Amino acid sequence: MITATRKPMEEILKSVEPFRKILLLGCNECVTVCHAGGRKEVALLGAALRLGRLQKGQPLEVEELTLERQCDPEYVEELARTVDQYDAVCSMACGCGVQTIAERYPALPVMPMVNTEFMGASEANGVWAERCAGCGDCVLGYTGGICPVARCSKRIFNGPCGGSTKGKCEISKDVDCAWQLIWDRLKELGQTELYSKLMEPKDWSTARDGGPRRIVREDMAL
Amino acid sequence: MSDFEPVVVVFACDYCAYTAADVAGRMNLEYPAGVRIVRVPCTGKVDSLHVLRALEKGADGVMVAGCLEGDCHFKNGNLRAAARVKALKRLLDDINIGAGRVEMVRMSAGQGAVFAETARDFAETIREMGPNPIKPAAQAA
Repeated sequence: MITATRKPMEEILKSVEPFRKILLLGCNECVTVCHAGGRKEVALLGAALRLGRLQKGQPLEVEELTLERQCDPEYVEELARTVDQYDAVCSMACGCGVQTIAERYPALPVMPMVNTEFMGASEANGVWAERCAGCGDCVLGYTGGICPVARCSKRIFNGPCGGSTKGKCEISKDVDCAWQLIWDRLKELGQTELYSKLMEPKDWSTARDGGPRRIVREDMAL
Repeated sequence: MSDFEPVVVVFACDYCAYTAADVAGRMNLEYPAGVRIVRVPCTGKVDSLHVLRALEKGADGVMVAGCLEGDCHFKNGNLRAAARVKALKRLLDDINIGAGRVEMVRMSAGQGAVFAETARDFAETIREMGPNPIKPAAQAA
């Protein structure tokens, strides 16, 4: 899931300063699950914006709406008839949602209200941790299901570096050494031979190094 | 001296603070007339949005009154409420409304005197802070 966190209020208030009437737009997908930009957070930010602006004596009209998905044109189209009533759209979706809105309604300023963080899994209620870096060439089958790209601080592919101590990474005692986790898991699985397999240099062109990526499924085209 | 009488909304848990307020009444204990009590099944049910809505509608302060720690009828509703109040305090500071306008307080059902004293103290704090700064702007809008 894509995770996000709300931007600091100071930054948000500054970004909406020029506007009198905004559409505060949530998204019912990832940002709802990580409690950053769903209907609930839209209501909370809406109230905070109104209070913050009234306090300054510059009332802000906030229309609240949460789309099923902001990254899909079908749902974004729902705004077509009403969107010109607003001075700006303030989006609480991830960067994909913000850009989909901006592309579809180019005449309207679109302001991001959240910082899109990472692809994460839920560790506990209210805790999300980065698990995938979307490198486009998955090696989890060789690494006991633990990703050295997302979870090793140095993204190395052949065992731990010299900075691993007692299973922890040298960047922080709170960060597990991914390669220690991989070794422990491979032992549990009886697959330690995978650890000895020398990994070839990775082709990073499938990751961001290859420029912005696209998936084209010709079989899905209408 | 200012004649400002703060409006304080108290979200009072049915199992403790609401009963404590009742006890305070039976004991004829006084607390400011601007204190408005909203009975809730548990402070864990008090949403951040309820607090913000109260402030948006012109309340000068909001008190979330729950059970003593470890005594929540629903195990940890009061702890959840306290965590929400903590987050709300940050938000209220960020928008310059003031963290002090919301407070989490705890008491048992029999502590009528504590309810009255807490309500008086909180109302006094709010009186010192002055009216909710959105009031004049909201009226002008």
